[in-house]
Formats: sequence, structure tokens, C-alpha cells
Amino acid sequence: MKQVIKGNIAVSHGVKLCRVKVISAYPITPQTTIVEELSEMCASGELDAKFIKVESEHSAMAGVVGSSSAGVRSFTATSSQGLLLMHEVLHWAAGARLPIVLANVNRAVGPGWNIWADQTDSLSQRDTGLIQIYCESNQEVLDSVIMSYKLAEKVSLPVMLTYDAFFLSHTSEIVDIPEIEQADEFLPPYNPEFRIDINNPRSFGGMIGPDYYFEERYVMHKDALEALEYYQQVCKDFKEIFGREYDICEEYRTGDAEVIVVAAGTITSVTRIAVDRLREEGKKVGLMKLRIFRPVPVERWRKVLGNAAKVVVMDRNLTAGLGGVFASEIQAALYPIENKPMVYPVIAGLGGRDVTPDDVEGIINYALSNDEPTDVPLFWGLKE
Amino acid sequence: MIEIRFHGRGGQGAVIGSEVLAHAFFIEDKYVQAFPAFGVERRGAPVMAFCRVDDKEIYLRNQIYEPDHVVVLDSSMLEAVGVTQGLKKNGSVLINCKRSPNHYRDLLGDEYQLYVVDAASVAVEHRLGSPSNPIVNTAILGAFSRATGLVRIESIEQAIEEYVPVKKENNKKAARAAYERVIKA
Repeated sequence: MKQVIKGNIAVSHGVKLCRVKVISAYPITPQTTIVEELSEMCASGELDAKFIKVESEHSAMAGVVGSSSAGVRSFTATSSQGLLLMHEVLHWAAGARLPIVLANVNRAVGPGWNIWADQTDSLSQRDTGLIQIYCESNQEVLDSVIMSYKLAEKVSLPVMLTYDAFFLSHTSEIVDIPEIEQADEFLPPYNPEFRIDINNPRSFGGMIGPDYYFEERYVMHKDALEALEYYQQVCKDFKEIFGREYDICEEYRTGDAEVIVVAAGTITSVTRIAVDRLREEGKKVGLMKLRIFRPVPVERWRKVLGNAAKVVVMDRNLTAGLGGVFASEIQAALYPIENKPMVYPVIAGLGGRDVTPDDVEGIINYALSNDEPTDVPLFWGLKE
Repeated sequence: MIEIRFHGRGGQGAVIGSEVLAHAFFIEDKYVQAFPAFGVERRGAPVMAFCRVDDKEIYLRNQIYEPDHVVVLDSSMLEAVGVTQGLKKNGSVLINCKRSPNHYRDLLGDEYQLYVVDAASVAVEHRLGSPSNPIVNTAILGAFSRATGLVRIESIEQAIEEYVPVKKENNKKAARAAYERVIKA
């Protein structure tokens, strides 16, 4: 049924449709309304789940590590400093191979204190082993919750889906909320082979020495790569039941494009507008939307970007002393190919600053008129 | 695409107003988007909220800088912020106030369609908020329907029924009353 809802409410509906059994979370702007809605659903009995109140995000994550270890579908959500406080336990969740789903509302990291959109929080967790998925619309947010459980439970790795503060979290738009029967058909009950069970005692998370830790990490890496293959199957199955199409990344007017913009989150939406405008002027430009970022779909990126002359990478994040995280990883992926495109790394929209179609048009025109980047990275719209 | 910008003070219901309006357009099968100016909301502080309406999917995600219509929930905002900033020529300004519209014609000039409605009195009559702090958002949406002709009053009433959690009847009646009382300058 179609409704006009905010991104945070879309997440809550997704969680309900997945029949999640345990939710543990600590409120932080702009994530708060996700867990407000979920706690009300739990209180009213609309959702048959245990809501565990905790005193911090570290405990919230530890709580779902416990419940997931006991073999039940578990969910948490956070933002910014909250995600950073979870950091240690994120490593634990991935290493313990627990299929937890975490919704992170991308918010800038302080100080200075800032509650607005910025991807530095989720990108600073890229080495934890969590699968990362970036969303562009409220519909994609809801659908990604459902697809994330399917993926997580198949490959036994936690998934973090992530979307921009306010631009989605507090923006109302039309979302088609699936029927529970559709969700049930797509996502069977979670029934893991191994779980904490007092009737069948096992050891979990014990010591593993130099003789096997290495191999255990190799298997985790291989399974993460397998997640890429499997996610494409998840998307196919999803389309069959729900009718909407997703992929490990998305191409928009890239076929004959000489310049391709790479973007994640809501900057993708405004880039679509900029690409359309420039196409009308006869300029051959396109867009590659990043969806799954860990694991990295290196082969697909090479295939999409390999024939372009120039690639503009939009980063709403900053690793000080290097530049944007996406640009760095796109450059690494393209390095081995011959006649590789020139990469133009751009930092834009940090701390929630608006990025408009005019901005993206300006950035593309900058790439079109310079044989190589003048600044690496280019801080677009920087005040004097 | 139609872009509508709301100006008000924290507590008057500008944000919910933009959401109810989006809902009313959705009832009329439009694509919609509603969002607040992303601030840390405080009672009494200036707030902005936005509503976009189109016949196709909306990809624009930034704030509204060049609105087609402006809705002012508190006439003191006219001195506090530039409510007509970026407003398109022939765009409309709808102001909640007790004054005659000519007062604002002098203030805002001739470039815009100008409407006023005493939404505060309407709200108080319908027990929405208090005389010192009336909640005028649903009343002014009724006035918006009449002033712009973009959305039917029945859709506003249905949106209130479906979206507003409390005092549904009072809010619907307030919207209808303000619909009847809007004055064109």
C-alpha cells in the first residue's frame, strides 16, 4: 500500500515486515524516530519482538550480538557518534558471523557538533567486516532492510544499510509498503545451524591462535566476496516478488558516456537531474550509483567506468590528509586497467550542506574543461 | 513542479502543515515530497518547511530556494526573515494575520499574488492551541486551497483525517472555516 512516510518510518516498516524478534537501540538524532516507532510497535503488539532498552550504543550492539548468537533475527539503528561507540562490537558481530542488520542514518561526526548528512561515520567503519549498502530514496531504504536480512543470513555477516540524515530520514515521500505475505515469501524464518542453546552447549568466540586465526579471516574474506554474487540473486528474487529492481551498483545513461559521475546516497538523485540537463546540451555524461560498498564490486566498477575518459567521484565524507573515501577506492579499483579514465575526486556537501543540480553541473563542466584535475581533491563550494 | 515554502515559528505546526499538504496532494495522485529546514527545532524560533509536488517522480533533494508559493504562519516573520526571498514573479504569499491585506501590499510590493487569513482566530475558535499560542497549520492549509486552487479542500480534510493524530474534527472544521475567510489583496 502506498503511503507518504519519512525514511526513518520506512526502516521501521521494513523491520516489522521481516518479523524481527529482538531490537536494541539507543536514541540519537537523526535516528531517534526509527526506534520510537519500533518501540511503539512492540508496545502495541503490532510487532512481536523484544525491545531492549540500553544505556549506550555499545550496549545496544552488544545486546543484538547476544540475541543473534541465540539464533533470533535482530536489529539495531544509530548515527554518527553512536556508530563510532559501537565500533568494537561491530568487529565482534562480523567476526562472530552474526547476521544482524543495522540501519545507520549518515550524520556528520563532531566536533564541531553537527547533526546533518555526512558519510564519514559509516565509511570509518569500512574495515569492521560489515556489509555496507547506501540508499537513495525512502523506498530503497525499506526494500534494503528486507534484502539485507536475506543476504546477511545467507552469508552469515552483518549488514549496515545507510542513508542521509534529514534528506531521507526526515523527508516524507511516497513509499509502497509491501504486504507481509510478500515479505514472508521472500524471507523465510531465521533458523541458524549454530546458536547458543542450553540443551546443546557449545563454545562461542573462544581463543584462536596464530595457527588458525589467519585461515578464519581468509574464510570471512571469501564469504564477503561471495556476498557480492549472492546479492545479485537476492535482487533478482526481490524483483520477482516485489517488482522493484536493484543491483550491486546502478548505471544511469552510462552507455556512451565520456564523463561518469560516481555518487552514493541522495547526491545520486540530484546528479540524475544534472546528467539529464547536460545530455540535453549534447554532453555525453552518465552516473554510476554506488549501492554495495563492502564488499567492493571491483569487476563491475571496472566494467561500468572502464570506457569513460573521465570519472568524477562525489564524496560527502573526508578522511583528512587523503580526501574522499569513495574516490580513493575507485582509483584503487581502476589502477590495473589499461587506458584507465582520469579520476576527478570531489568533496561536496560535508556536514549537510546542500548539493544542488547546479552544483553537480558545475562539477561536471569543471571535469569536461580540464584535462586533469586541478585540485586533488576538489572541495566544491568552499567558502573563502 | 510546484514548490511551496512555509515560514513559521517553532510550535505553530509549519512542519506538520507541510506534511499534511503533501498528503493532500498525494490523495490527488501527485508525486510529493515534504521536509523541514533541517535545524534543531526550538519553540518560538523561526522555522521553514518545504513541500514539492509534481506529476513525475521527484529527484530534487535540496532546500527550496525559488518557491512558487509561500505560506507565512506568523506575520512577525515578515520582519524577521525575507519570506519572499527567491519567490517567483506572480508567485503567491499567504499570510496569517488580522490586518488588512493592503498593509502587506505596501510592504511586499506588486510582484506577488497576496492573500491574508485570520488563521489564529479560526484556530482559537476551534480550540487548536491557546489564544497566546494558536496552532494555525490546518487552518492555513484550508486558506491555501482556496487561494491557490491547486488542491481541493476535500483533499485537505481527508489528509487531516488520515494524518493528524488529535482533534481531527476541529482541525477539519478549522481548515474549512479558513477556506471561507481567505481575503485576496
